[in-house]
Amino acid sequence: MSTETPLIGSYSADAAGPDLTDARVGIVTFPGSLDDRDASRAIRLAGGTAVPLWHADSKLYDVDAVIIPGGFSYGDYLRAGAISRFSPLMDKIIDAANSDAKLPVLGICNGFQVLTEAHLLPGSMIKNDHLHFVCRDQRLRVETNATDWTASFEPGAEIVVPLKNQDGQYVADEKTLDELEGEGRVVFRYVDHNPNGSRRDIAGISNAAGNVVGLMPHPEHAVEAGFGPDASAAGPVELRGGLDGLNIFTSALKKIVGSKA
Amino acid sequence: MSAEATGQKFNIDTVEHAAGTPETDLPWAELGLKDNEFARIQEILGRRPTAAELAMYSVMWSEHCSYKSSKVHLSQFGEKVTEKMKEHLLVGIGENAGVVDIGDGWAVTFKVESHNHPSMVEPYQGAATGVGGIVRDIISMGARPVAVMDPLRFGAIDHPDTARVVHGVVAGIGGYGNSLGLPNIGGEVVFDSVYQGNPLVNALAVGVLRHEDIRLANASGTGNKVVLFGARTGGDGIGGASVLASESFDDTKPSKRPAVQVGDPFAEKVLIECCLELFKASVVEGIQDLGAAGISCATSELASNGDGGMHVELTNVLLRDPSLTPGEILMSESQERMMAVVTPENQAAFEAIMDKWNVEYSWLGEVTGTGRLVIDWAGETIVDVDPRTVAHDGPVYERPFARPEWLDALQQQKFDGERPASDSELRAAVLELMASPNMCSKDWITNQYDRYVQGNTAMAMPDDAGVVRVDEETGLGVAISTDCNARYSYLNPYEGARAALAEAYRNVATSGAKPLAVTDCLNFGSPEDPAIMWQFAETVRGLADACQELGVPVTGGNVSLYNQTGGVGIHPTPVVGVLGVFDDVTRRTPSGWREDGQAIYLLGTTRDELDGSEWANLRGHLGGQPPVVDLEAEMTLAAILINSSRDGMIDSAHDLSEGGLAAALSESSLRFGVGARIGLDELCERDGVDAFTALFSESHGRAIVGVPRSEEVRFKDMCTARRFPFIRVGVVDTANGALDVQGRFSLPLDELRAAHEGTLPKYFG
Repeated sequence: MSTETPLIGSYSADAAGPDLTDARVGIVTFPGSLDDRDASRAIRLAGGTAVPLWHADSKLYDVDAVIIPGGFSYGDYLRAGAISRFSPLMDKIIDAANSDAKLPVLGICNGFQVLTEAHLLPGSMIKNDHLHFVCRDQRLRVETNATDWTASFEPGAEIVVPLKNQDGQYVADEKTLDELEGEGRVVFRYVDHNPNGSRRDIAGISNAAGNVVGLMPHPEHAVEAGFGPDASAAGPVELRGGLDGLNIFTSALKKIVGSKA
Repeated sequence: MSAEATGQKFNIDTVEHAAGTPETDLPWAELGLKDNEFARIQEILGRRPTAAELAMYSVMWSEHCSYKSSKVHLSQFGEKVTEKMKEHLLVGIGENAGVVDIGDGWAVTFKVESHNHPSMVEPYQGAATGVGGIVRDIISMGARPVAVMDPLRFGAIDHPDTARVVHGVVAGIGGYGNSLGLPNIGGEVVFDSVYQGNPLVNALAVGVLRHEDIRLANASGTGNKVVLFGARTGGDGIGGASVLASESFDDTKPSKRPAVQVGDPFAEKVLIECCLELFKASVVEGIQDLGAAGISCATSELASNGDGGMHVELTNVLLRDPSLTPGEILMSESQERMMAVVTPENQAAFEAIMDKWNVEYSWLGEVTGTGRLVIDWAGETIVDVDPRTVAHDGPVYERPFARPEWLDALQQQKFDGERPASDSELRAAVLELMASPNMCSKDWITNQYDRYVQGNTAMAMPDDAGVVRVDEETGLGVAISTDCNARYSYLNPYEGARAALAEAYRNVATSGAKPLAVTDCLNFGSPEDPAIMWQFAETVRGLADACQELGVPVTGGNVSLYNQTGGVGIHPTPVVGVLGVFDDVTRRTPSGWREDGQAIYLLGTTRDELDGSEWANLRGHLGGQPPVVDLEAEMTLAAILINSSRDGMIDSAHDLSEGGLAAALSESSLRFGVGARIGLDELCERDGVDAFTALFSESHGRAIVGVPRSEEVRFKDMCTARRFPFIRVGVVDTANGALDVQGRFSLPLDELRAAHEGTLPKYFG
């Protein structure tokens, strides 16, 4: 059964490039997911087609990529993402991500937590070192373009996207951290300010193949003029005009369309 | 309450039993009822109430639920509404929340409520469930909640107990609101020792719906089924509305029942999505959230608003704790519960949606044609009442009120404290003001709230109003601001109420939106004190008059009385929220300037009005008369701000209120970190004030705007045509990195920012 969460308004259909609409990106909704509609909007604004996926479903409906959005799935009362990983849909996502087809998967915030709980990514997320929820416009460095979700960036490029989390402190043992660094799998790093005490300023990582990426900040909140952060890495923008998150979604859409061609 | 009354006997106190045992001693006083009220209940029923009926009446006739002290005054909000003011009103006062037409078939529902007492007892859960309760009010209207705001009042910033309350309340609001996926787009934070024993935690929520989706709380159609769904009913919050701190209630039980409710935001988030799916599938006829007074309130309100009666079997209620008595079940304020009326044909569809979201439900009974609310316990009738007598015909008091004797003396104590005069004194005064507890940056608090979720936030704190988009196609959206200066209300409650409305109205217009409707949360001390009752009466009169003058109706709200500790009440604190509409939210005006060379204009007139001001507060003075409110001028100013925004004549706008021009200039500079060169001489000469007064007076009806050079002529012509005072006070300077009040002092923005942003982390970080 697929779900349709009620929407306020309908999304604008204009696309960055009509060719990208062939790329179908599934957006997972767990009970307690919050940024699912925002992630759908981001895919649409990047030119792709968003497909809602329901956690209890065990079909992926032939999507070309999956985004696990932010939120507090199942309330996160036990450990962020600890229950979600056991959903029927997650089994399918894990299989598809590890298959030869290497389904592109992006976990944002709670989605990143779910990916670590599902062992698609190493390490774990614990409570922020200052113990508070934090919402701020965060500068990041894109350390590598060798992933499906950063392929359109120059390595070392900086972006500003909103960050908002309670359990955002990325931790892993030193050996794992060294491996991530050595294999070029640290994808995003906090710049100027580490907002949660994450080890080595890590904001996002990938699996070895580069198709699965987890990212703590929220690129889907920096995709639409007038509703994003007040800043971009490149300099001043109009009020809430920061669009630095868009390229993450565009990267995956281009890769999908390219591989279909 | 005796063990006999609470034990087995309580459970079987049927209507029949009650009729035969008129002499039974009932704990009505412990439940907060007065002797005349208990007598009235006996008169209505023609017998003594059963234990369960007593429980219902006691909570529904409490001040919180019945408005028994405030009703006679609140009726002015209805009486002073003109036909013209009703133009945009789809649902007015009396329902869970008012609904306002914003055009294109869209409607908005919004309301502010208090959760003050629970937040003092248990700050985290009190604040969290305050958010939860107001959000359920919004859902019950058929709307998707889209934003929240929180007007807060705490005790002195340096009092040892304040940090406990601040940490708990902020974490509670964040912990609940963030988990619901609702952007927090504004509010207020005030520190004042009058709130030491009585912090105020008000919560405002906004929801969006199509006109045809409006749902009302009524139970109609004989044979339709009544269902309770959401969280299970537990022992929390019992008597919260009537006897929060009653030690005597039920002390024979093994454990004390917490009077403060415990929140589960995940359950509420699921409930939101599940209700919206119910609405979309059109499977509920009427719906009511369970808040204060729980099932007592939901059953009696649904039944009395419908066309018949209701028959419910109470043992069908799903419980967290099987030892609860019928009375406790009726009174429990367990959170995240809803009650709905469903036709038999739609029962299966209803159940399918519940199952999809894993929400528990139980069918309690059905709508009847008897006009009675009948509640059974295992087949035996324990409640048989006319629901109107519970929900609507509670006691109404014309409490004595009298202008306090001390007021004349207070109003004569004009501010005669320090008035900085030299350049260095003025500089130091601005820094002191901007670092003070009430004027400092509230980032430490607001950064703990998610302002991005849902992707429709066009503006949030620290701008003048929170702005959210409603329609993604057209950009149609709303702006909301809440305001109140309780010191003004203490000095003159009539003018203080008008000032609160004027400021919220001005804030909404400053953002560029057209003000449409009002919600209010009236926080006061004990209504049994004639002086406080007079403050309340004057406040309502002032607010109702001002609403009429500005042409914006009150659509709903809340009254919170008994906010007092040790016999001393809080300052009267009428928090007023104004909702405005934008054709396109991308036209909203931010509070800070950015373009080099833009002219900065001050609109309005500055008078020597320092009584009740933030500066006087910093010097420990509270006396005199608050600044004069001129609503004609406010309307003209609003029209100028709205038209300028729409026609692209201004790029920034910030209203002048607490802290006056000094605060506005500082905040507009800090908003985007862009400095300005300011000249005060012309203003001082025109308005006959000194530089200190120009900077620190809190005269109403003023705003500063940033005008692009190309628009200056057009802008000035518009102000002239509307005969509204305007004066060029400076120019934006992207290079100087300072707020430079020329010829007097210069404040580097780094220094100003450090002072402004350092205060809250220093006390709470």
